[in-house]
Amino acid sequence: MTANGRLEHPKPTQGRGKPAPLLLASGLIVAVLIALGASVWAGTGAKPDAKPDAEASRAAFLQVYRVLTSPRCQNCHPAGDAPLQGDDSHVHIQNVKRGPDGHGLYGMRCDTCHQAANLPGVHMPPGNPKWSLPPAKMKMVFVGRPAGELCRQIKDPKQNGGRSLEALMDHIANDDLVGWGWNPGDGRTLPPLTRAETVAQLKIWIDGGAACPK
Amino acid sequence: MTSFFVNGKRVEVDVDPSTPLLWVLRDSLGMTGTKFGCGMALCGACTVHLEGKAIRSCVAPVSRVDGKHVTTIEGLSENLTHPLQKAWIEMDVPQCGYCQSGQIMSAAVLLAATLKPTDTEIDEAMGGNICRCGTYPRIRKAIHRAAELAGERRPK
Repeated sequence: MTANGRLEHPKPTQGRGKPAPLLLASGLIVAVLIALGASVWAGTGAKPDAKPDAEASRAAFLQVYRVLTSPRCQNCHPAGDAPLQGDDSHVHIQNVKRGPDGHGLYGMRCDTCHQAANLPGVHMPPGNPKWSLPPAKMKMVFVGRPAGELCRQIKDPKQNGGRSLEALMDHIANDDLVGWGWNPGDGRTLPPLTRAETVAQLKIWIDGGAACPK
Repeated sequence: MTSFFVNGKRVEVDVDPSTPLLWVLRDSLGMTGTKFGCGMALCGACTVHLEGKAIRSCVAPVSRVDGKHVTTIEGLSENLTHPLQKAWIEMDVPQCGYCQSGQIMSAAVLLAATLKPTDTEIDEAMGGNICRCGTYPRIRKAIHRAAELAGERRPK
């Protein structure tokens, strides 16, 4: 048994009233400061009086959408009650089911096979301490959702686990299980954007008013 | 050193913490009732209970069970009186037998959660246990029979 099956576990001055020649110079300084200020605001994308850029927001969401519908994300956001597997998002073998809490049923719980971390080797079970699907009462389906529909869904607290846009940002930027998508283990493709790129696009989407494609 | 309980008895093993529990059970502790099938959590032959829940011991690092209670097929009952064991014998379920300890351990989790499982519930509970002899119809019948036996044993 040990010879055949042994797994390798590797192991950002002003002046008071001045003679006329100096007024011109002061005016120039003010103009330069205003220009610099405008430049800084443009850099953060958060100019306080600026009108949200809905077009840029929609475009950014479409980038995020590419990530959400990549196998690493959508496989655990299926339309049915079985998780999906692989880059072709086929239905999980072994008749695995969501269960009420999203962790499976009976002796077929996620952590029956999935450990707290990925196991080395192609086709070995990936892992995370929070490995699960969304619960049955809020399935957060990604699979088959057009971009506009998924956009409206993920910003709706009644469909996204009660999250504000800020909480949604935090979830995608910092949640450990979400982060697994960019550390999926041997033999699994990565989402089309890095996590940092995804978070940057998500910020543009939110700063632009979280606009949704039609 | 990893310390845990197997069938109620405390054991200590001096192995790498990443060693799969199955290796510890079979090679370190000599408990060969739990079988090696695929080594990838695909077949269910190595199923044991960790704190009453099924796990595939072939992919579970022994560090996962540190300080916890593991039940193997040897510990399901002291004298083959668990309703599943009685039903398995009565229905003559096994053919080659290799997968059967895993089948019974998965079925035990089902019966602990559901007094009278339906065929659908059996399918949902047993989909991770493969039998190359194809004894599935007898396994299904035996689970129904074990539910009956457990009902007879339960105080009215």
